[in-house]
Formats: sequence, structure tokens, C-alpha cells
Amino acid sequence: MLPIVFEWVNDPSHFVFMGGFYAALGILFIVLNYCLIRAVFDWLCKGNQDGHEEH
Amino acid sequence: MFDSALIPEGVKRCSFRKFVIWILILQIPILIGVVAAILCWGLALNQTYLNNNFPFGLWIAADLGVIALGGGAFFTGFLRYILNIKELKNIVNYAVVIGVICYASALGILAIDIGQPLRGWFIFWHANVHSMLTEVAFCISCYFMVLCIEYLPLLLENRKIYQFSVPHSLAHHLHEAMPTIAAVGVFLSSFHQGSLGGVPGVLYARPFAYREGFLVWPWTFFLFILSAIACGPCFTILITKITEALGGKRLVKKNVINILAKIAGGLTALYVVLKIIDTLAWFGLANELGAPVKSFYANGPYGWWILITEVLILGGIPAVLLLIPRTRQMESVLVIACVLNCAGILLNRWVLTVQTLVIPVMSFDKFVNYFPNWVEWATTLLPVWIGIVVIMLSYRYLPIFPQERELNPY
Repeated sequence: MLPIVFEWVNDPSHFVFMGGFYAALGILFIVLNYCLIRAVFDWLCKGNQDGHEEH
Repeated sequence: MFDSALIPEGVKRCSFRKFVIWILILQIPILIGVVAAILCWGLALNQTYLNNNFPFGLWIAADLGVIALGGGAFFTGFLRYILNIKELKNIVNYAVVIGVICYASALGILAIDIGQPLRGWFIFWHANVHSMLTEVAFCISCYFMVLCIEYLPLLLENRKIYQFSVPHSLAHHLHEAMPTIAAVGVFLSSFHQGSLGGVPGVLYARPFAYREGFLVWPWTFFLFILSAIACGPCFTILITKITEALGGKRLVKKNVINILAKIAGGLTALYVVLKIIDTLAWFGLANELGAPVKSFYANGPYGWWILITEVLILGGIPAVLLLIPRTRQMESVLVIACVLNCAGILLNRWVLTVQTLVIPVMSFDKFVNYFPNWVEWATTLLPVWIGIVVIMLSYRYLPIFPQERELNPY
């Protein structure tokens, strides 16, 4: 549910419930992307240093 | 062996032929379950024995049960990554695999139970934020994502995948980020375990289940969290012991199992004490409101024996067995204690789902009993068979048990 949906009400219940939900989703999204970006950077840096991948 | 390149280094597995035969045998009950699921989706829920008296039956009881049993994943993660009990790193991987299976089972059963899975997204888009069930749906879905993320590094550590640079590095960084992921998991899991208990606890028209509580949470909210963290580790131990017995080898050191069993024992004892206090307080409240307690235990098979079995035999006995160091260290006793503990939680969920609905609440209500039919049994057992296949695949191809090589040199 987003604030654009007609059932949305600006009350504490909606802010707490949906806030908790989006906070959890946001943390997971950030952590996953952070790990993925670091993994790609590791690969790129290693590629530049060694000139080949380590298999 | 045909697939030897995929098997973790330094460990022994059965032949590929034997493995495939077992996978094929498991396809038979899986097929029966799939047929039953197609019947439910194709011909609607009248294929089951659910009716207006029993909108909640075996499916919901099983849902509540597997979610409690899967609680071992979030609680072991909490102990390992938040409380930093290092020894548990040797069992946390398996707890995650079991957790993934349990939560996937719960979501799968719910997908059949809602009758029209195409409208499953309604609960997310048109959410009633005051409903315990909405909270459960949100938290279970999110926590399943957390479990998948926790399972991902295990997949990436497969011998062949791990040779590639990006998966190797991604698995490493995911391991580093695991405390954050585990913390999100603990937040989500606590709330949905509790809210599942809150669902019967707020039914003020059902005096058998209704409880007073703290703020918006009935006492059943807290009892459900406590019972899940008490029995979840026992289920993890039980499945580990079954895997060891079937594999014919030790996979986890005794001290690791002992730590988990000791914590589970302490929590089970605390749960039993609080459950007894809650039951006695409920006796008093019910009598005060003019609903004699004996009337709750005078319906068909649901007599006093069920309360005694649930609290004392399946709660008290395992708590004592797990708390005494000598009995805890005896393997057969440990397994019995874990079986009793897990059975107790399943009975508790059945009582709060089905017995709650069995008891007549109006003077003109008649006692009607409920027995699930084969469609309900087949669909409920479907995730069990799929779960066994997932465990077989994970055990064969992923390095789940870090101590396996040390314990079984060859």
C-alpha cells in the first residue's frame, strides 16, 4: 500500500505499520545492492591488477 | 560419480544413482499433493471439509505449526549474529535451510488456502493496518525474503559457482552483512510469530481463545513468540539428528548441539511456567464472566486430556529433559525431548485454531467436529516432501556443515 491508494489515511497506524514495512524492505534493498556493488568492484579491481580472473 | 565436481570438497556422498532414485520416489507423494492443489484451485475450496463453522482448519493449524518450527532460523541467527555465540556458526546454515523450507511451506499452503491466489496481492495493496493477519502476511513475506538472502551465500558457495570471482566476492560480502540481515529477520519474525498468537487472542466472541494483554497485544502474542523460540532450535536439532542418522555420519559437534539444546530447554521451561499462569488467569476470568471452564473441555474428543498433554507431557517433560545436563547429553533422550517439544507446539497451534472453533459459543449452537479430508492432508504434506528434496539437494551440493570434514576424515 502506498499513500497514493484511496484507502490510505494519514494516521499513526498507517505511518507506523507501513513505515516499519518500508524500512525493512529498504534495509534489505540497500544491503543487497551494497554487497552486489562491492562484489563487482572487487572483480573489476582484481581484473585491473592481475589482468585475468581468478578461477 | 556423474556429479562429483559439484559435491563439496573432502566430503563423501551416496552414489548419484541412489540419489536420483530417492528423488524419483519422492515425486509420487509430491504428484498427489499437486493434484490436490489443482483440485482446490480449479474446483474451489468445496473440495475440502472446510465450511462456515471451520474456515480455519488443518491448513491454518499447519501454517502456524511450521512457522513456529521454522523459528529456529531467526532465533539461531539472533544467537549467532547478534549475541555472537560463535559455536553456532556450525549449525546456523542448516537452520536457515530448514527455515526457508518452513516459510516456503507456509506461503505455499496459504496460496492454496486463500482459494483465489490471483488475488493474493490484495492484502498488500489494500492493507487493513489494524488486522493481525495483515501484519502476519507482510512479515511472513518479508521474512521469507530475508531467509532467501541468508540462503544465497550458501548457494554461491557451491564448489563450481564459488570458482567465479563475482559470486565468490558476493558470498563473502553477504556473510559480512549477515548481522544486519539477521537483525531485520529478528524484527520481522518476532512480530509475525506474535501476531499469529494475537489472532486467536483478540477473538472476544470466542472465550476459549480470548485473552487480556498489554496495550494492543493479548498475552497469546508473547506466548507464541516464546514458544517459537523454544521449539524452533529443537526442530533444527531434530532434523540435524535425522540427517546424521540417514547419512550415517556425525555432522555437528556435540558441544554445538548442547548449547542449542540448553537454551531451548530454558526457554521451554519459561514458556511452560508462563503458559500455566496464563491458563490459571484465564480460568479465573472465564468463571468471573459466567463461562464455566469445564464447558470448554466437554466437547467430543477435546477433553481435559488435551490441556494436560499440551502443557505437561509435551511441554514440561521436554523442558526438564533439556535442562538436566546428563539427559541432554544422551542422544536418544535429546531426540525424544525434541520430538515432544515439536509435537507440543503443533498441538498448541491445533488447539488454538480448531478447538477454538469447535466450542459452541451460543446457546443454540451445536457441537460440530472437524476432520480434514485427503485433499487437505495431501496439500499440507506436499511441502514436507518438497522440503525433503530441498534438504537432499542442499546437503549434497552445498557446504552446509562446516565441521563435517573434520568429523568424518576419509
